[in-house]
Amino acid sequence: MSLSYAYYPGCSGLGTSLEYDTSTRALCRSLGIELVEIPDWNCCGSTPAHAVDHLLSACLVGRNLGIADDMAEERKLDGIITPCPSCLKNLKTTQHRLADPEFHRKVELVVGRTLKAELPIKSVLQVVVEDLGIQALAKLVKEPLKGLKVVPYYGCIMVRPPQIMQFDDPENPMALDNLLAELGAEVLPFPLKTDCCGASLGTTRKDVIAKLSGRVLDAAEEAGADAIVTACPLCQMNLDMRQSQINRANHSGHNMPVFYYSQLAGLAAGQGETSTMLDKLCVSPRPLLAALAGHTGEGA
Amino acid sequence: MNIGVFVCHCGSNIAGTVDTEAVAKAALGFREVVFATDTMYACSEPGQAGIVDAIKEYDLDGVVVASCTPRMHEATFRRTLERAGLNKYMFEMANIREHVSWVGKDKEANTRKAGELVHMAVEKLRRNDYLQAGEFEINKRVMVIGGGVAGIQAALDCADGGLEVILVEREPSIGGKMSKLDKTFPTVDCSSCILGPKMVDVAQHPNITLYTLSEVDSVKGFVGNFDVTVRRKAAYVDWDACTGCGECTTKCPSKKTPDRFNEFIGTTTAINIPFPQAIPKKASINADACIKLTKGKCGVCAKVCPTEAIRFDQQDELVTEQVGAIIAATGYDLFDFTKYGEYGGGRYPDVITSMQYERLLSASGPTEGHIKRPSDGAEPKDIVFIQCVGSRDKSIGRPYCSGFCCMYTAKQTILTKDHMPDSQSYVFYMDIRAPGKNYDEFTRRAMEEYGARYIRGRVSAIQPKNGRYLVKGADTLLGQQVEIEADLVVLAVGAEAAKGAGELAEKLRISYDPYGFFLEGHPKLKPVETNTAGIYLAGSCQGPKDIPSSVAQGDAAAAKVLALFSKDKLASDPQVSGVKLVRCIGCGKCESVCPFGAIEMIDFRGMTKASVIETVCQGCGVCTAACPQGAIQLSHFTDNQILAEVNTLCL
Ligand SMILES: Cc1cc2nc3c(=O)[nH]c(=O)nc-3n(C[C@H](O)[C@H](O)[C@H](O)COP(=O)(O)OP(=O)(O)OC[C@H]3O[C@@H](n4cnc5c(N)ncnc54)[C@H](O)[C@@H]3O)c2cc1C
Ligand code: SF4
Ligand code: SF4
Repeated sequence: MSLSYAYYPGCSGLGTSLEYDTSTRALCRSLGIELVEIPDWNCCGSTPAHAVDHLLSACLVGRNLGIADDMAEERKLDGIITPCPSCLKNLKTTQHRLADPEFHRKVELVVGRTLKAELPIKSVLQVVVEDLGIQALAKLVKEPLKGLKVVPYYGCIMVRPPQIMQFDDPENPMALDNLLAELGAEVLPFPLKTDCCGASLGTTRKDVIAKLSGRVLDAAEEAGADAIVTACPLCQMNLDMRQSQINRANHSGHNMPVFYYSQLAGLAAGQGETSTMLDKLCVSPRPLLAALAGHTGEGA
Repeated sequence: MNIGVFVCHCGSNIAGTVDTEAVAKAALGFREVVFATDTMYACSEPGQAGIVDAIKEYDLDGVVVASCTPRMHEATFRRTLERAGLNKYMFEMANIREHVSWVGKDKEANTRKAGELVHMAVEKLRRNDYLQAGEFEINKRVMVIGGGVAGIQAALDCADGGLEVILVEREPSIGGKMSKLDKTFPTVDCSSCILGPKMVDVAQHPNITLYTLSEVDSVKGFVGNFDVTVRRKAAYVDWDACTGCGECTTKCPSKKTPDRFNEFIGTTTAINIPFPQAIPKKASINADACIKLTKGKCGVCAKVCPTEAIRFDQQDELVTEQVGAIIAATGYDLFDFTKYGEYGGGRYPDVITSMQYERLLSASGPTEGHIKRPSDGAEPKDIVFIQCVGSRDKSIGRPYCSGFCCMYTAKQTILTKDHMPDSQSYVFYMDIRAPGKNYDEFTRRAMEEYGARYIRGRVSAIQPKNGRYLVKGADTLLGQQVEIEADLVVLAVGAEAAKGAGELAEKLRISYDPYGFFLEGHPKLKPVETNTAGIYLAGSCQGPKDIPSSVAQGDAAAAKVLALFSKDKLASDPQVSGVKLVRCIGCGKCESVCPFGAIEMIDFRGMTKASVIETVCQGCGVCTAACPQGAIQLSHFTDNQILAEVNTLCL
């Protein structure tokens, strides 16, 4: 089975989370999932647009959906995928809202074209876990992540709201848990796996981030994790880039690497640190990985 | 035929939007109508007297009343006719309240429609027959299904009233949920001390036959004459021989068997007696856990049993009982608390259900009445109770209130303080529903005397933290988020219909609501009857109820049965189907569609013909619609009568 998708990287994928986009493309390539980037895509409005105006938000997304419609006329596509849960939520919400004919008409009027918006929309994580099946990862793993203790962090929107996202259990999702276990990591139970990190409030209310993301870091530490694994560029940024700010605000001393799951998949596949862009992380995972290598070296 | 028409005002219910006088006037123009009038309340004493007088004065042969629903008053007016010396089936009702005045506001259109309905009724009445009710004998035995407190009460009342009672319970012992409770609100008296003696009475009553570990397999027949087949499940122990000495249970090596009676807190042995006060006090083997039955080895119990009662080859047994009435008292089940993923029920060991907590409180429970956390056996200090788990929540398909959780949560906070004076209870609630006698006083005592801290709001999530639990919620009175650290969380799980309630309802041919609770005959006026004659309801099978209400309904159901059995014969309803043998081609379509099994195929002079068992027929008319020959007719609703009504309206 070969799968082919219209790929929506989202704007963070080309900026703050370049490493997520790069490692995601690499992961898909090695799993045989073809990604065809949506040409001339635009920002979906990210987290703020929908809070301001539903029509604006739907139109920003609508244009991208329209281009994907055109792509689907030319070639066989299994759907639209994106690594970013926030983009995903905007895509899926818009698709959901377009089911209302009145709203649909308005969006078409603004975008200036007709829209079908019928392609299934999924996250890369969902495609890997559901469409391909986790077993497919087994073939990929050359250097299992033995001894690496991780907690999976889904963030609050990867599986919610459930009526729209229709993926995994909204309260206790297991997709990432199972995937990481398949990569050989030791996955610890993580009660805060779907809590909010504070999302885009980082620019306006740092205190909120310090509280919410701080809590996630505390819980990861308490669970005994070496690292947190995310699937969301915003979560990753709040936990990683702002970790020192959070430490300062909360008088804590976290030094907890925050990986994208795709980076760890790359590592397990033997793609090495450079191609998985581990150097882009703010909290350096090097000492951790070195310790692990040393540990396994001793054991072997 | 002389027909009289009475158009009722029903106060302003009908007269407000229907010109009743005009309807009566119009009726005078219908064929064979010799008298028509409007009347204030046709069902009242003067109203009925007016009908009797008119029958005499105008020598009426039949009467049409245009008023409200026949469900309420058809019987009333038929009795009126009888009093005036007419056959009671020479009566028709036009429902101009529910079908006209309550649904439309246009007086002119309403008046026209009411006239048409009356006209249809007149045309039907012109074709009515003098029907005569037959009589049949009744079997004065009663079956009670479900041995919870409601079923026990009903069984004892019937037995004391001299009836022979068969009590069928699917668990190994009677007692139901109440036997698992520690103390009961609002008096905080010991549950087993008030229930235990009643259970013993059941065992000792000469009129009661007790079948535990049994379920109803099939039900045939009708009021006065039911045949109920009961499946007595294998206990793998000969209960005639077993003395309940418990020797086997102490020696059984399969000690990790999940303990159903203790709500899976703690374990028991594969052969066990569920609890010390069990009735009957007999051992039974859990086939899934028994080493002998699963692997063929062991057999220790058989060796130690002093009366040689163990029977590994025992099979289920079917017994058929003839009874004249049935009381369903199958109670409720508890909501599956794992459905709230955010509360971590099933994942977090110290997030437990209210019933599990009840077992922890109980002196005969797995911890001998000491409150211990399941995870480490430590005594908890801060305990959070969350109400409405599986109640009043549309998102999980349980929009109804379970009725007793507010009360038992208050009880549990009081008992908690009694057991551990330095503990602190917190209760998250939506609002407190305590309408019973002494109930509000009781919940107040929990707050004011026992210091339980009540917080109005739902809990959003429970998360483990440093070996305790962080309970995150909202205080909607303060408009603030709150977080409480707890050692133990107790979920006040709501009630849902007992497992298999729907299947049982179908066997009994009674209705049930979308949630599986059995439907009463009328929400206000027939609270213990069902729509199937001879079948009654008691306790929580009809909707969540506390013990006082369950017991009261058990009493009421027994009273209904005793009243039914106070006659030796019952009148049969003549409004049943009948087969015209010459027309019947014996295709059997009617037999296959009849929902009550009221039609049998017989041999008539070498030909197959349908035949109606009149006492079973409920007069639903499905067969008459299915018959390709028009051979089977429902008396009082014949094809001719229905067509006359249609023609009146359409031609
Ligand atoms: C935690 C908790 C605490 C409570 N505390 C109190 C309290 O303090 N005071 C109070 O007034 N109320 C209390 N209640 C409510 C109380 O449990 C009920 O009012 C009472 O049990 C209802 O009795 P019942 O006979 O209708 O149902 P049940 O007790 O449920 O009995 C029904 C019986 O029918 C049997 N049965 C079910 N289906 C079948 C079948 N198909 N065939 C044969 N048998 C069947 C069951 O096994 C059971 O034995 C509490 C409830 C809970 C959950
Ligand atoms: S045969 Fe079964 S019930 Fe009897 S002692 Fe062995 S395990 Fe227990
Ligand atoms: S359906 Fe009609 S014709 Fe057929 S067996 Fe029944 S009564 Fe006779």
